Order: sequence, then C-alpha cells, then structure tokens
Amino acid sequence: MLTIKQLSQDLRTHKTTSEEMVRACLKKIEDENETLNAFIWVSPSAIDEAKEIDRRRAAGEELGVLAGIPIALKDNILVKGWEITAGSQMLEGHKAAYSATVADRLRNAGAILIGRTNMDEFAMGSSTETSHYGPTKNPHDKTKVPGGSSGGSAVAVAAGFVACALGSDTGGSVRQPASLCGVVGLKPTYGRVSRYGLIPMASSLDQIGPFTNTVEDAALVMEVIEGKDAHDATSTELRSTTVPELIEPDMKGLRIGLPKEYFVEGMDEDVRLSVMNAVKVLESAGAVIKHVSLPHTKYALAAYYIVAPSEITSNLGRFDGLRFGYHSQGKNLADTYEQTRGEGFGREVKRRIMLGSYTLSAGYYDAYYKKALQMRTLIKQDLDEVLKEVDVILTPTSPSVAWDLGAKFDDPLTMYLSDIYTITANLAAIPAISIPCETAHGLPVGFQLMGKAFDEHVLYRVGMFYEKVASRE
Amino acid sequence: MFTTEDVKKIAKLSRLHLSDEEIEPYREQLGSILAYVDQLQEVDTTNVPELQHAVAVENIFRSDEPVCDEDERRRAIDLFTSKKGDLLEVQAVFEEKGI
Repeated sequence: MLTIKQLSQDLRTHKTTSEEMVRACLKKIEDENETLNAFIWVSPSAIDEAKEIDRRRAAGEELGVLAGIPIALKDNILVKGWEITAGSQMLEGHKAAYSATVADRLRNAGAILIGRTNMDEFAMGSSTETSHYGPTKNPHDKTKVPGGSSGGSAVAVAAGFVACALGSDTGGSVRQPASLCGVVGLKPTYGRVSRYGLIPMASSLDQIGPFTNTVEDAALVMEVIEGKDAHDATSTELRSTTVPELIEPDMKGLRIGLPKEYFVEGMDEDVRLSVMNAVKVLESAGAVIKHVSLPHTKYALAAYYIVAPSEITSNLGRFDGLRFGYHSQGKNLADTYEQTRGEGFGREVKRRIMLGSYTLSAGYYDAYYKKALQMRTLIKQDLDEVLKEVDVILTPTSPSVAWDLGAKFDDPLTMYLSDIYTITANLAAIPAISIPCETAHGLPVGFQLMGKAFDEHVLYRVGMFYEKVASRE
Repeated sequence: MFTTEDVKKIAKLSRLHLSDEEIEPYREQLGSILAYVDQLQEVDTTNVPELQHAVAVENIFRSDEPVCDEDERRRAIDLFTSKKGDLLEVQAVFEEKGI
C-alpha cells in the first residue's frame, strides 16, 4: 500500500528518487490502465519535473512532504496547457488557459502532477459510466463499477498507481467511490479548499478533496491545498493546521452519533454489519455511542435534485460553442447553440440541464427551487443540533457495495439513490470522510464520519485511531 | 403528468437540440424524477429561511485594476472557435428582416 508518509520518508532518506518513483508509476499505468481505464492521460513532463525535484533535494534544499511524489488529478481540475475535458466531448481538445489553485499549490509543494483521471461527464453520475472516455472498472472486481463521479481518481489510488489523487465532491463524488474502491476519501467543509480552476458543477456544493490510502495522508495533502485564495471569494481563512500530531491511545470522551435514518431497512444487511463492527471498535476504545435523529434526511435527495440541477443549468450555460470547446455550426446563432449543446453534451448532462431549466422556470421557482433552499436550511439545522450533542456522526457511506457495470445506467433515479448517505454533508456544507472498514460480499465497504463545519480535525483523529486498531486486528 | 410538449419546451429553454428518439425517454425519466422531488411538498416550510449561501460571505471588494496575465489572455483567445485579431467572431445576433 502506497502512503505519502512512507514515500516521503524514502525520498528524504535517499532510499529512492522521485524519478524512480515516477517511472514506476508510469510503468504500472502502462501495464494496467488499459483494463481499468482510471487514467485518461499521463503527463509527458512528469519525469523531467521529478528530476528537477531530485536535483533540488541533492542540492540540500529543504523540501515539503509532498515533494517528488506523483499525484493524479480528476479531469475537471485545470492545469495550464493540459487538455482538460471534464470527461466530456464538449471539451475534447480544450487546452486549459490557466491552472487551478490546488494544482498550483501542489506544484509549489513539489508534487509531480502525473496525469488526469476519468470521471462521469461534468461530474454528473455515481458510477463513472457517463464519461466520454468509457467506463472505469473497479480494481477489486473488474465487472463492477468503481462508483463516481471521481471513479478514476479512486481507482488510481486503489489500484496502487499513486498514493494520492484529487477528486471533486458535489453530492458524494469523492466519498462514494472511495467507499466502493476501499480507499479514504475526504469532502472538506465548503470553503476550506479553493474552487478556482475547478470546472463547476453546482457551485454552492462543489468541493475538491483527496483520495488516499490513509487518513493521515489525507490530512497531509489538505495542509497543502487548503486555505484562503483571492481567486475564490468563498474560500476561507483558516486559523491553524489540523493534522493531528499523534494517534491517541483511546477514544475516551468522544461522543459518536448514529442517526437512525441512516440505518434503515432496504440497505444491504452485510454493509450494515460491517459499519456496526467499526462502531464497536470505537465503542470498545471508550467512545460513547448515542442514537440520534436527523428527521429531514428523507428529503435530502429530493432537495439535492432541485438545487444541483438548477445550479448546473446556470453553470453550463457557458458552453455556447463559441468561446471554447465543441462547435457545431447552425444556420443562425440560436441553431449553433442548440446543435453544439445537443451534440456536445451526453445524456445525463442534458437530463440535468433540462431538470434545472424546469425547476427554475417561471411559475415553478417557488414550488421547487425556493422550497429546496428552505429544506437545505432544515437539514442543516438538524445536523447543527445533533452536532451540539455529539462530536461526530457516523453512518455508512453507501447503502451498497459496488454494483455490476451497466446495472443502473438506464435508470437515473435508482442511480441517484446510491448517493443518499453522502449528499447531506454537501447540502449542509460540513466536512465528511469515508474510511474503509470490513468488506462485505468480498467487496470494500466504507463508513462515513461527519463533523461540524471546519472541524476536519475530529474526523482525522477518529479516522487515524480506527485505522491503527483495524490494522492490528 | 409530464408531456412531450413539456420536454420540447424545456429543451428549447435549455438551448438543447434533441432528436425525436431522445424525447420519449426524457419524458419518462424527467417525469419520474419530478414525481420523486415532489415529496418536498409534504413539508410545511412557512417562515423557514432559504439557505442561499453555503458560507456566510458578504461583499468582497478588490481594487478595480486589470489582473489578467498576458499568457493566460493569449491562451484564452486561442480557444475561440472563430476570431478576427483578438476578437471573438460570432454569427449575427440580430438577423435582418427583409428591410
């Protein structure tokens, strides 16, 4: 299992070089990516960048923990000069004019940006099957989906190509594939990480977050990418770093809430057992388990499928076939717009654009969009109240393990329901992390921890403790 | 009930050309999604404020100076599908009506 912590130590102690590490990574991608389809493209300058880091290290320069380590980016995070497509034909051949803040911060920290990973088109999907570049496969069983929309990044870490990949999470697109692929996935508090240079889906919900093999690695990456950015007015000044200094000896005093609405009939019984075993581990380490209620949970998915498509309709208005991207010339300007968008966007994207046009249109705005924003308030109030009584909320990340490729592809509502446990954290703008626990049906399962806004620290503490105990067992 | 005409109307609002074969599946799917989201109507939300912003941000000001990096400007212009010099060239926005 690749960890940033170990790789970084190997580089510092000159056991290996960044060039060797990058070459090994590229070799593995060359050998195994064809079947998994995690990467869409790898960077031809990665080896030169690695050599440069090796040179600087040899010259005695003080380098950060990510220096020389290959990191993959989801195909919706801009890197100047790279072809970035958001998994869509709409942006085929589109060369990014500037870099996302997270990409700049990773590079300034010496990380080697190794390539772009596959995703559902414009991050709309829960299985990475709507990509223009074909589906990504789950490395634990290649007949199964990896989850989505950041499936390529999840697989890049799960298959051992890289120790870290970034994804984006609007309704669970980091946590759900992390759960289905058996890796750690973090959706930070809204505002913690700059969205500048992230191709937007739903701007009030989108956050960039890391996939890693350990919780500590996630915290290490967050330290580099988080914090205020002048290019994103919603990014927030942070008071201090949040990487826990040590793994605690026990969990005494920690209060964990189990919301009854997340352990309902209809979820996979083996998934429930696996998650409850993780609860027992924490309980036997001294944590206090409280049964709590989040009564508006059942409305979260409905609110999400109004708020997100409404923002999508607005955000994807920029694809006009003129300024960048796919172009299909019509007999007049209106036809050019309609042809470009009708041909350039895939099925799911068109579905959500139309849904948003409907919910925002005259006569329906109050019944749909306004109502959904009010529901968002009620969902946030539920969580705020419960998080006064407990330090973290623990739930399953996904109601099932990875399913067969194609199984839900033609049934959008069933596909949407696979995000039922993850969307509340986006609606309420709080942090949430998925951490692997025991497998079920021979496939990975993740449990989710949610905390108060900007309290990623408690997620790291509990997660790191759980990993230590679980690895001993 | 979501009708074929509804699909055509919102496709038009969305500036999306749909083929005839696309309309019926969208009618069914959008109809079932809208029926699902309709469950929000069960909840009384009188006097509940709308959550408009995920973080509390108020006006954020910066000085009114160009911040464009010349290299980025060049790259953005290079992406235009049609241009004259540095200007984006588009089809006529207002068509002549036989004057």
